[in-house]
Amino acid sequence: MLLTLLLAVALAAIRLRDLLGVVMLFSIYSLLTAAVFMDLDAVDVAFTEAAVGAGVSTILLLASLRLVGRHEKPHRHNPLLPLLVVGVTGAALIYGMSDAPLLGDPGAPAQLHVAPEYLEQAPEATGVPNVVTAVLASYRGYDTLGETVVVFTAGLAVLLLIGVGAAAPRADFGSPGDRMVQRHVVKSLVPYVLLFALYVQFHGDFGAGGGFQAGVIFAAGLVLYDMAFGQSPTRQVIPARHLLRLGALGVLIYGGVGFYSLLSGKAYLDYSALAPDPVHGQHLGILLVELGVGLAVFSVIMLIYLAFSSRRVQQ
Amino acid sequence: MSLLLDILSGLCLAAGSLLCITGGIGLLRLPDFFCRLHAASINETLGTPLILLGLVLQTGFELTSAKLILIALFILATNPTATHAMSRAALHAGEKPVGDGHAQEESSSKP
Repeated sequence: MLLTLLLAVALAAIRLRDLLGVVMLFSIYSLLTAAVFMDLDAVDVAFTEAAVGAGVSTILLLASLRLVGRHEKPHRHNPLLPLLVVGVTGAALIYGMSDAPLLGDPGAPAQLHVAPEYLEQAPEATGVPNVVTAVLASYRGYDTLGETVVVFTAGLAVLLLIGVGAAAPRADFGSPGDRMVQRHVVKSLVPYVLLFALYVQFHGDFGAGGGFQAGVIFAAGLVLYDMAFGQSPTRQVIPARHLLRLGALGVLIYGGVGFYSLLSGKAYLDYSALAPDPVHGQHLGILLVELGVGLAVFSVIMLIYLAFSSRRVQQ
Repeated sequence: MSLLLDILSGLCLAAGSLLCITGGIGLLRLPDFFCRLHAASINETLGTPLILLGLVLQTGFELTSAKLILIALFILATNPTATHAMSRAALHAGEKPVGDGHAQEESSSKP
């Protein structure tokens, strides 16, 4: 059922020429994907997909649409070659699928290799009940460090290419009380959004959540504030130059935890060096690392949003 | 008691679903943007909260029901605001409600 809906949305997104509609369809697509993940019991992934895919990336796409206009340019190239490439790739993927194990097959390689070990040992070895967080931040600490650096690099690239300009004076159309309803609702909602982000950040070791989701939700709260009140107040809360420092600080915390354990004579990112009790050290390390991830993700998303929204529309 | 709760929650769920379907039909059938927005907002102001209320009655008094109530409150706060913002933006962008045109036609054709 969900997959059918996914297919319908994907086809509609291909057919539609109105880019605003396509962005909305992609948002729906992400939400449906999140529901599929939820159905597969992958709560953390579903959470990330809903927050990043359906939430923030939609806003970023909308912000870029503001710059490029909402209508697709007519195609000038021959559609045959892309069709051939897509067809061959799709056929190869489907051919590869025939060898893949069935969903939930207990004999699948993914279930046999390291997964049982993680599932059995992670709660005792790290003191973190949520195995996903333990695997993400501890067993697969290198991968997550890489992801954080990638996120930070993306922020830097956007900054280098576009740059965050001065706060754009927002056209405040209509009477002074024009946005009163939005402003009141946003004002009363934003604190709860930020609180929820902090909960997701620091509760990620017990339930679904973690640095990635928390950073996105925190940024979404501020983006909401920005959309209702304009850029100057948002920039008073967090100036753009501090955002860059904050992102760098996040990556630094992550890398610094690694170096600390290196200096203490353990392997890089071996958190058991952080405290006398190795389990406690693991827990502390995961918390710190998640904090670094959260800071980096938050500031990069805010930076990208500010970069897009502060740019004047070119005629 | 449990039978009563079941009946109540069933009623809520049925009414909520009916309203959602009505909203969906209205979204497709009504003539202009504002009417459609009006139809769509039925879903979120009464349809979804009614469904959530029905679910709360099913779950009973526990953490899940508290979460459902929070979701309902959140939807009740955000979605009407979004509808309001959308209609305002549409009005600002020059979208005319369908009634306006009729009123003008009538007034211009009468004398």
